[in-house]
Amino acid sequence: MVFLFYMLSAIMIICALLVVFSKNPINNVIYLILCFLAMAGHYILLNAQFLAVVHVIVYTGAIMVLFLFVIMLLNLNKAIILRKSTVTRVSAVITGGIFFLVLLAATRQTFEIHAKYPFASDFGLVSGIGKVLFNEFLLPFEMSSILFISAMVGAMMFGKKDV
Amino acid sequence: MDWTELIFKTIFLIIIFVVTLVVAMYSTYGERKVAAFMQDRRGPNRAGPFGLLQPLADGLKMFMKEEIIPLTANKNLFIIGPSIAMTTALLTGVVIPWGGTISIGGRIFSLQVADLNIGILYVFAMVSIGVYGIMIGGWASNNKYALLGAIRAASQMISYELAMGMSIIALVLTTGTLSLHEIVSQQHGMHWNIFYQPLGFFIFLICAFAETNRAPFDLPECETELIGGYHTEYSSMKLGFYLFAEYINMFISSAVIATLYFGGYNMPFIDQLGLSMNTVTFIGTFFFFLKIFSMIFLFMWIRWTLPRFRYDQLMNMGWKGLIPLAMFNIVATGIYYFFTELK
Amino acid sequence: MQNLTNRSKMVSDKKMTFMEWIYVPAIIKGMSITIRHFFSKKTTISYPEEKREFSKVYRGQHVLKRDDQGRERCTACGLCAVACPAEAITMRAAERKPGEENLYREEKYAAVYEINMLRCIYCGDCEDACPKEAIFLTDRIVASQYERQPFVYGKDILVEPFDLNLRIDISARQTDAVAQFKSVKRYAHNK
Repeated sequence: MVFLFYMLSAIMIICALLVVFSKNPINNVIYLILCFLAMAGHYILLNAQFLAVVHVIVYTGAIMVLFLFVIMLLNLNKAIILRKSTVTRVSAVITGGIFFLVLLAATRQTFEIHAKYPFASDFGLVSGIGKVLFNEFLLPFEMSSILFISAMVGAMMFGKKDV
Repeated sequence: MDWTELIFKTIFLIIIFVVTLVVAMYSTYGERKVAAFMQDRRGPNRAGPFGLLQPLADGLKMFMKEEIIPLTANKNLFIIGPSIAMTTALLTGVVIPWGGTISIGGRIFSLQVADLNIGILYVFAMVSIGVYGIMIGGWASNNKYALLGAIRAASQMISYELAMGMSIIALVLTTGTLSLHEIVSQQHGMHWNIFYQPLGFFIFLICAFAETNRAPFDLPECETELIGGYHTEYSSMKLGFYLFAEYINMFISSAVIATLYFGGYNMPFIDQLGLSMNTVTFIGTFFFFLKIFSMIFLFMWIRWTLPRFRYDQLMNMGWKGLIPLAMFNIVATGIYYFFTELK
Repeated sequence: MQNLTNRSKMVSDKKMTFMEWIYVPAIIKGMSITIRHFFSKKTTISYPEEKREFSKVYRGQHVLKRDDQGRERCTACGLCAVACPAEAITMRAAERKPGEENLYREEKYAAVYEINMLRCIYCGDCEDACPKEAIFLTDRIVASQYERQPFVYGKDILVEPFDLNLRIDISARQTDAVAQFKSVKRYAHNK
């Protein structure tokens, strides 16, 4: 199990780095897909089979297909290296740094959360997630679905000229 | 899990693998025979008795053909494409319950490689990954027809996955479980799900046709418009992999349909016969394969009857026809169970 | 425009009724048709094992006949070549030498006689034109080849075997009516 964990983590990190460093957009997407699959493997290690499969269906099976779809349609075949101005670069570094700090802070808090909610082996299964989703987090869940519908309607408005 | 269990599972896995390949191989033969019979012809009958060696000859031909990788193609992805298609097609077989339980030397083994508690979703995940084989292959060919085929395949599969998922949700409402093994055992004794979910079955069937890229939904590879679609540039065994993956998908989706809606390995009146467990399992598996083969025949029957959809018709049917129908099915099932549970 | 058959239908883009729109009845109808054909008798014949019946006067590969004593009947008069609409026949005549009387029936014979089977249209004019009843079309099928050259048939293929038992039967093409027709000298090609 430990060996599997380290292997999956290594795959994930290497793929994530390749997403950033690879020049070809299609390769970026494919490395991201591999990264997601490795993440699904992590979920399975945590006995969260439902989460793992839903992760594969939603992220790898639907969202990344759309990514790939768009890149293929735009035909970003060759590596296009855009020249960025210094201002853009500096601002990108600052934004990235701030985001990194946020992530770091969030990761630090996980220790407290872990102490408060001990690991339950049935959490990632259908019933566990369903109970949490429809009791504790019902409002955010419904809000997010409303958000999705409004996004869909908005996309329709953009897509159709005369509605 | 101890060693005997592990050894049994390994052997069983290999058997499934071989059976899947053989069935897919003979599906090509069956397809040609069915097509011929429906067109008042005789079909392949030269290689061996009744042409039974024809698939071997075809496979040999595929292996012997020259392997061409276009100069402008992305070589790695060009090779990865058919591999993904083949792998995902084969991976689905592990969750399907191929039979009941058998006892060997006093130990009881289940004829299912992995009884996941999310079996249906696993099938779904494999189907949704299967698109990549077509998309990557089509894009890597660097050919406009291949690209168009890949794009069509992707949009078609995404569109029909939704309706398929919704028809499954209605089914899950009736069964109350996601495990394929439990779904099959619930259907014991003619309590087949098709009687409880006829509309869901109808939607699932149509979506299964679309997901396997079979006629009348074979737009990704329609030769009249796109030469060969995503496998235009493919030759030799890489083309063979794509074609083979299609037949494996057909076999697997027939197995899934038989599992979900036709009671899997259950056979009516088997309990009254009073047979031993191994015999019952054997008959059950035989029956399961009979169901699968009739489903495959239905696939072929429809392919050689219906003309291909136009692209806008396909999208209209998916989004405006099947998805609302599937939603209605969910709501109706939900209302029914809400009132029956109340009592 | 007048209809050629009364099966034609006017095309219109009227709105489909509900039953037409859901397509299911049409699909079931189509599937019932295909399943009927699935079980119907097949029209294909497995060729080398079974053969279709030929017409009695089928015109296939030519034969150059010998007479009862095994002498070639052809005298290289060239009428067949003249009659041939496709110009498929060529020949070169030679004079019979003493001692060859058992090979050729008359003083002149065809040293080379070639029919280009790719040009031949199997009309049978050559056999009508032949005054010596030397050339006939038979019910044999011209074999396929990979190249063009083997289709030029020489005397080695065209002349029938010497052995009486191996002679090619042309009785179907040489009925009494044909013989009578050929005997009338008024007709241009019989002169």
